[in-house]
Amino acid sequence: MWMTVIVASLGTYLEKLLGYLLPHSFLERESIRRMTGLLPVSLLAALVAVQTFAVDDAVSIDARLIGLTVAFIALMLRAPFIVVVFLAAISTALIRWIGWLP
Amino acid sequence: MNNSKNREIHLNALSIGLATGAYALSFGAISIASGLDFWQTQTLSLFMFTGASQFALVGVIGAGGGALVAVVTALLLGARNSLYSLSLSPVLQLRRRYVPFAAQLTIDESTGMAFKYNSSRNISRRAFFATGLSVYILWNIGTALGSLGASQLSDPGMLGLDAAIPAGFLALLWPRLVNSSPRENRKMISVAIVSALVAFLLIPILRPGLPVLASALVAVGASFMWGKKDTPCG
Repeated sequence: MWMTVIVASLGTYLEKLLGYLLPHSFLERESIRRMTGLLPVSLLAALVAVQTFAVDDAVSIDARLIGLTVAFIALMLRAPFIVVVFLAAISTALIRWIGWLP
Repeated sequence: MNNSKNREIHLNALSIGLATGAYALSFGAISIASGLDFWQTQTLSLFMFTGASQFALVGVIGAGGGALVAVVTALLLGARNSLYSLSLSPVLQLRRRYVPFAAQLTIDESTGMAFKYNSSRNISRRAFFATGLSVYILWNIGTALGSLGASQLSDPGMLGLDAAIPAGFLALLWPRLVNSSPRENRKMISVAIVSALVAFLLIPILRPGLPVLASALVAVGASFMWGKKDTPCG
């Protein structure tokens, strides 16, 4: 685990540093700019899907989906980050406690 | 004039720091729930210090995705910081010896502030460093409190912490879907939906963690598709 933490931390630091060392003309490549803008959107959306539905390599519909739905509504209502996460956790715990979904 | 400007910058920096510090609480808690210990969690906030990558790393590890996949996912998410530093470098015009320090503070929030206050080099620098430092300090305090809190729990699933993870990712994704022009927002939303769908369909086919990496191909594909359409000269 430590190895993973250190390698990933070093790698993301070098990414930050890289832009200060490269010539500015690099930014004028439209394709690079576009791709770095879209990558977080793809990865974060995929993470939402996987973290909501996956249990190892199986799909499971469980109380996490309720939590995500509550988070979605909270975001529509412009709730701040911590409130969104808190409401998702509480609603999921509640559904489990009632015993509607695992 | 200059003083009120400075005060405005400092106030904004502080409130951004407080907001991110609050969501560092959830990072700390989620990281512990994913199986990292207190110091591993704190090391990520001290040295990685880029929220989405930190959440992704612990999320993939917690889902059993393996170390390599976790690192690659975190690095792909962190690639946007290279773009930030690339565009910041002519704005801040830092001396070489400050660059390693500035690099660590190059994140969504500090970059946004540096560009918001771009009337002069000094004001930009002030906005960048004030925001970067404020977020750095409060992000680390929030992480420590969150992971200490979660360490006291016996079963994180009981408190719905496993649902806090996708909710956190959705909240990180949200501003990228709603803050541009309607046309740009529609593009982002369609990329998000297709990526989520691809990852979902790949869950039973690929090893944990890989469906997320595969979804990066959607971003690559979309950027080529729209690149051709939007810039006729290519």
